[in-house]
Amino acid sequence: MSKIEVTPGMFSKVEIRPSLKTTITMAITGLVVLVAFGILGKSGDVMFVWSDTRESVQLPHWVVNSMGFCTVVGVLLLAMAAAAFFYRRANKKSPAWLVIIFGLFAIMALLGWLATGASQGVQMVFILSNTLVFAIPLIFGGMAGIMSERAGVVNIAIEGQLLTGAFVSSVVGTMTHNLYLGMVTAMIASAILSMVLASLAIKYLVDQIIIGVLLNVLVIGITNFLHSVWLNNDSSHLNFPGTFDRIAIPLLSDIPVLGQVLFNNRITVYLMFLIVPTLWYVLFKTKLGLRARAVGEHPLAADTVGINVGRTRFWWVTLGGMIAGLGGAALTIGNVGSFGREMSGGQGFIALAVVILGRWQPIYVTLSALLFGFTIVLRVWANQVSPGVPFDIITMVPYLVTLVAVAGFAGRVRAPAADGQPYTKE
Amino acid sequence: MKLELRNITKRFGTLVANDNISLTLEPGEIHSLLGENGAGKSTLMNVLYGLLQPDSGEILIDGKQVNFASPGEAMTAGIGMVHQHFMLIPVFTVAENVVLGNEPTGKLGLLDLNAARKLVKEISDRFGFDIDPDAKVEDLPVGAQQRVEIIKSLARNAKALVLDEPTAVLTPQETDELMEIMRGLAKSGTSIIFITHKLREVQQVSDRITVIRQGKVVATPSPKATANELATLMVGREVDLETKRKPAKLGEESLVVKDLTVLDDRNQQMVDGVSFSIRNGEVLAIAGVQGNGQTELAEAIVGLRKIHSGSVVVAGNDVTRRTVREALESGLGYVPEDRKKDGLVGEFTIAENLMLDGSFTAPFAKGVQIDFAKRDEIANQLIQEFDIRTPSAETLARQLSGGNQQKVVVARELSRELKVLVASQPTRGVDVGSIEFIHEQIIEARDSGKSVLIISTELDEVLALADRIAVMYRGKIVGIVDAKTSREKLGKMMAGIAA
Amino acid sequence: MSKKKEVVAIPESKVQSVLQEIMSGDPVRIALSILLGFFIGAIFMVVFNTQVVNAWSNFGADPGLAFSSVWWTIQDGYGALFTGSIFDTSAGNFLDGLRPLTETLRFAAPLIMAGLGVALTFRVGLFNIGATGQIMIGLAGATFVSTRLHMPAVIHMIVAVIAAVVAAAVWGMIVGILKARTGANEVIVTIMLNYVATALFTFCLRQPGLLLESNGGGTPKSDHPDPTAMLGSLFGTGFNLHYGVFLAVIAVAFYWWLMERSTFGFRFRMVGHNPSAARAAGIKVENTFVWALALSAGFAGLAAANQGLSLDGGLTTSIEAGIGFDAITVALLGGSRAGGVVMAGLLFGAFEAGSASMQVSGVSPEVLGVVKALIVLFIAAPPIIRAIYKLPKPKPKALEPTKQTAKVSK
Repeated sequence: MSKIEVTPGMFSKVEIRPSLKTTITMAITGLVVLVAFGILGKSGDVMFVWSDTRESVQLPHWVVNSMGFCTVVGVLLLAMAAAAFFYRRANKKSPAWLVIIFGLFAIMALLGWLATGASQGVQMVFILSNTLVFAIPLIFGGMAGIMSERAGVVNIAIEGQLLTGAFVSSVVGTMTHNLYLGMVTAMIASAILSMVLASLAIKYLVDQIIIGVLLNVLVIGITNFLHSVWLNNDSSHLNFPGTFDRIAIPLLSDIPVLGQVLFNNRITVYLMFLIVPTLWYVLFKTKLGLRARAVGEHPLAADTVGINVGRTRFWWVTLGGMIAGLGGAALTIGNVGSFGREMSGGQGFIALAVVILGRWQPIYVTLSALLFGFTIVLRVWANQVSPGVPFDIITMVPYLVTLVAVAGFAGRVRAPAADGQPYTKE
Repeated sequence: MKLELRNITKRFGTLVANDNISLTLEPGEIHSLLGENGAGKSTLMNVLYGLLQPDSGEILIDGKQVNFASPGEAMTAGIGMVHQHFMLIPVFTVAENVVLGNEPTGKLGLLDLNAARKLVKEISDRFGFDIDPDAKVEDLPVGAQQRVEIIKSLARNAKALVLDEPTAVLTPQETDELMEIMRGLAKSGTSIIFITHKLREVQQVSDRITVIRQGKVVATPSPKATANELATLMVGREVDLETKRKPAKLGEESLVVKDLTVLDDRNQQMVDGVSFSIRNGEVLAIAGVQGNGQTELAEAIVGLRKIHSGSVVVAGNDVTRRTVREALESGLGYVPEDRKKDGLVGEFTIAENLMLDGSFTAPFAKGVQIDFAKRDEIANQLIQEFDIRTPSAETLARQLSGGNQQKVVVARELSRELKVLVASQPTRGVDVGSIEFIHEQIIEARDSGKSVLIISTELDEVLALADRIAVMYRGKIVGIVDAKTSREKLGKMMAGIAA
Repeated sequence: MSKKKEVVAIPESKVQSVLQEIMSGDPVRIALSILLGFFIGAIFMVVFNTQVVNAWSNFGADPGLAFSSVWWTIQDGYGALFTGSIFDTSAGNFLDGLRPLTETLRFAAPLIMAGLGVALTFRVGLFNIGATGQIMIGLAGATFVSTRLHMPAVIHMIVAVIAAVVAAAVWGMIVGILKARTGANEVIVTIMLNYVATALFTFCLRQPGLLLESNGGGTPKSDHPDPTAMLGSLFGTGFNLHYGVFLAVIAVAFYWWLMERSTFGFRFRMVGHNPSAARAAGIKVENTFVWALALSAGFAGLAAANQGLSLDGGLTTSIEAGIGFDAITVALLGGSRAGGVVMAGLLFGAFEAGSASMQVSGVSPEVLGVVKALIVLFIAAPPIIRAIYKLPKPKPKALEPTKQTAKVSK
C-alpha cells in the first residue's frame, strides 16, 4: 500500500487565516484609551468601589488619578495589540485569553473615565451583577441559537421566542400567583412556537429566514393586541407577577466582590449556570451531540448512516426554543416584574450576533453575551454618573458594539456547513 | 450473501429511471454495473440502499424478501455503500465518521472515542489501509478518504459492498490499488457491486457484467468482451472511440501563462509556478487527477481567483490583475467545471442564460435596456445551431438535461468573439450524444483558429481532443508532451513521476 | 445520481423560490390566505371583547344575545374597517363617500415605496430589514431642508425629496459596504442600524443647532416644515390626499422598469438567483450588493420624504409610523414584484385608514396587526394553507421528455 501523503482534500477549504481585523481593532481601541481617556482625559480622581454594602468582608475603595490610570492602561492595551500582531505574523490566531483580558482592561479604562469626579464612583458589584442579569436573556437566546444552528436551522425567531416567554410568564405568573408555573408555561409556549418554525422549515421547506421574520411579526402583533385590549384593562390581575426572590448561597456569597455578583441571584441566573455547561457537554462529548453536529454539517451523510435528519433538527430547534422561552421569562419575572410592549427590544437579534461572535460554542457565546449585557448596563449607569454625555448616543452603544463585533471580529467565521439549507428526500 | 434485485421500477414524475431491472449478486463475486451518465445506475443503488423506495419490484437477501425504509435498515442487513461523492463529515475525524450512527458509548451517553479508534485501527490493519483514526477527514487525500468510506461499511459488518463510480477521483495507480482491495474483499467473501462507466476497469476486475441503458437492462456480456463491444452496448449504437481530426494549423500564441502561482485559503500553493502557452489553432489539454490544482488554474486564468505571482496574457492583453469581465471582454471564453453553480442560472430561461455574460453591451443591450427582440432572435438561432433539445427558448435552464445545459453554456461562449476558449471538464455528467457534439464544437473552434485550453480528468477525453498534453500534479506541471504519448506514461505523470 | 442529490447540490436561493411560489400562487390560494387571516382576526376580536364575554357568561339566560353579540362585534369591526378605508356609506354624496379610499391611497403610498425598496433587496438575495432606520435618516435629511433652508415653492420640495433619498441611500450603502468588505450578516447589521438611526434622528431633534424646534420645550421635535417644501394637497380641504401618491406612482414605474427591462435589473436578478454564476459571468457581486442596498434605501428615502413633507406640524420620530417594519411584510406579500407590492401596499394602507373608525366603533385596531401578520404567514407558507384547506400540492411543471432528456434526466 502506498504511503499516504497529505495533499489537499476534495472538500471546500476552511478559512482559518487569522485576520488583521483583530490587531487593527485592538490597536485603535488602545489608542483611543491612551489619547482620549488618558492624555487628553478628564482631570480628577476616580474611585473604584469594590464591595457592596451587603457584604461581610469590606474591601477598601481604590482611588486613582483618572488620567494617569487611563494612560497606563492605554499603554498596556497597545502592548497587547502588538502581541496580537506578532501572533498573526506567526500565522497563529490570537489566543482567546488575550482578547478577553484586553477587553477587561479597556472596560476598566472606560469606567474610570466616565466616573471621574463622580461621588458614587465605579460600583463594581452593581455593574457586574447587573451585567450578569441583563446578559441572561442574551445567553439563553444564544443557547437557543446554538442548538438550532448546530443542527442546521437558522433561527431568526429568537426575538419572538423571548417575547412569547416574557408575555406568558408574566400573565400566567400573575393569574396563578405562582412564578415557577409562569416560568414553565413560558418555556412550553416558546417551544410550541419553535415547533411551528421547525415544521415549516424542515418538513415544508419554507425559507428559514423568512419564517423567522414572519413569526417575529406575528408574535409582536399578537402580544401588542393582547396587551392593549386585555392586559391594560386589568393589569393588577393579569400583568403584575413581581419577580423571583433572590437566593443567596451560603458561604459562596460571602466571597468579596464576586460572591454577591455570582451567588446571590434569582433562579433564572442559577439555571444559566446549569444549562450552559450542560449544553457544552452534550454537544461535544456525547453521541447526541455528535449526531446533531453531523446533521448540521452534512445532512446527506448523516442520513446515509441512518440518522433521521428531520427529527433531529426538529427536536433541537424545539428544545432550543424552550431555552429561549426561559430567557423571555427572565426578562419579566427574572428582572423587571411585568410585561411591556415589545420589551425584548432587539435582544433576540443581539443574541444572533452573539452566537456568531462566540462561534457557535456555548462558553464563548456566554462571554460575548456578558459583553453585551455590560453595554446595556452602561446605558443606565453612564447617565447617572456622567450626565454630560448625550443620552441618545449612549442608547446606541449596545447596537454599535454589536455592529463592530459582527463586522469587525466575526465577519467570515465558519458556520455549520449546512446551516440554513433545508434537506429533502424524494 | 446472495443479493437479488427483481423487476425494480422507479419513476420520477414522467421519467422512468429504472424500468423493470433485475440483477443478482452471488457471494464473493465482483459484479459490474455498466452504463453511461444518466442510465439509471445510481438510482438503482439508491433503491437498494433504502434512500429511495421502488415503485414496484422486490429485493431479496439469501432468498428472503426485504424492504429497506432507510439506509439504517440496509446497513443492518449487511449492505454497505461507498458513494461517489463521499458521505463524510469534513470537520470530524476518521474515527468519528466511522462510528457515526452506531456510536459506542459509556456512562451518561459519553462518546467512547477510544473504542472507535480501536475499531478503525483493527479494520485498517486487516486490509492494509494505513489510516490514522484521529486525522480530520478534510485533511486527507482523496484516495484515503475513499478508504475511510470503505472502513465505514466494513465496521458495520457489510457482507455486500456497493461502490458507486469509485475511480472518478483516483490516479491510475490508486485505481489499480483499489482493484486489488476489491479482489481482496471478494476473496474474503464480501460481494461487490461495482458501478462505473469506465470500460477498462470493467474488463480488469469483473466476474460478471450487467449493462444498463435508459433505465433497462440490455445485456450481460462476458468480461472478455472488447471495449468497443461494451461501448456499443452501453450507448445503443455503433461507437467509434477514436476521433478523427485534421493536423493542427498553428498561428500566433493567444494564451501565455508564465510562472503562475495561486494560493488557496490555507496559503497552500494550489498552482505552483505553472507556465505554458497555446497557439491559435491548437488544443492544449491539462490532464491530472481532480484536486491537483487544475480547478484553481482555470479560475485564476479567468480572474475568479487571485493570482499570487506570475502572469496571464490573453491575445496580447495582460489580464493578470484584471477583473473577470475584462478577461472575458479581451476574447476569453469560459466553460466552467460546475455548470449548475458557475455556468447557468437555473431559474432563468435559456434565452436569459445565453446572455449571462453579455448584458453590458450590444447585441443584448440597447443602452441600459435589454433588447428583447435581438435576444430572442439570437437564442432561437443558437438553439438550432447547437442542437439544444428544448420546447422553447423560454424554458427554464433547470428543466433541461445535463447534456443540454452544457450545450447552452458552450453555445453562449462559442457565439462570442473569442480568441481563447477555456473549458473545464467540458463533458462531465453529460450523455454520449452530447459529448460527441461538444467535442465536435471544440475541434471546430480549434480549426477556426482559436486557442483552446481543455482541463479534464477523463484521460479518454484528453486523448481524443488534445494536440499537446500537460499533466498537472500537486500544482506543478510535470511535463508537456505530444498527444500520441502512451496511457501508461501519462498515468505515471499523473502520479507525479516525470521521467 | 438521484434527484435528492440535485436538491441539496444546487445553491439556489431559497428566497427566490418562496417569491416564486408567492408569484405563481394562484389567486385562489391568495384569496384563501386573506380569508383565513380575517377569520382568525375575527376570533381574536370576539374573544377579547368585553361585551361578548359578558353576553356569553349569561349564556343560559339569553343565548340569542350571546350569538348576536359575536355577530355584531365582527360586523362593527370589519364594517368600520370598510367604511374607514373604502367607502363611507354615511357620507352626503358620492364624492365625499370616496374620501376613505383617498385615505387608503394616502397611507398606501409610503408603504408601497418602502416596500419596493425591500423587494429590490430580496430579489438580489439580501435581507434588508433596515427600512426603519433608512427612513429615519431620510427624515433627518428632508426635515433639515424643509425647516432650515428656504427656497422658492416647487424647488424647495424637490430639494427636500432629493435630500431624503440621498441621505437614506447613504445609510443603506453603509450596510452594503460592510457586507461587501467584511461579509457581515446584513440581517443583524440592518437591525442594529435601525436602532442607531432612530437614536441619531432623536439626537438631531434635540439639538438646537440641527433640528430642534425654535420655541420648543425639551422634547425632541422639529419645527413645522416650510409650506414651500410640503407636498401639496390634491383635492383641497376635506381630503388629506397629497402629492405623495405621485411619488409612489413614479417609484412603481421606476422599479418595474429597473427590474424587468433594464440591464441592471437583469444583473440584480442574476446575483439574487446564483451569485457564483454571476461572478463567472463577469459581474462584481460585492459591488452589486452595495448598489442594491443603496438603491433600496433610496426607495425608503422616498417614503421618508412622503412622511416628512406631508404633515403641517412639528415632527418627532413617531412620524415613521412603523412603515419600515410593515415594508418587509408588504414586500413579501407582494412577491417582490411591482404589481404585487402595489396590491399589498393598498391592502395595508386600507388597514391603516380603517383603524381610526374601528377604534371609534369600539374594536381595537391592534387586531389588524395580527391579521396582517397572519395573511403574510399564510401566503409565504403555502403548505399551511394546503394543509388547512386540504388543497392538492401543485404538480411541478415537468418538461415533456424528448428522447434526449429521457435518456439523461437523473
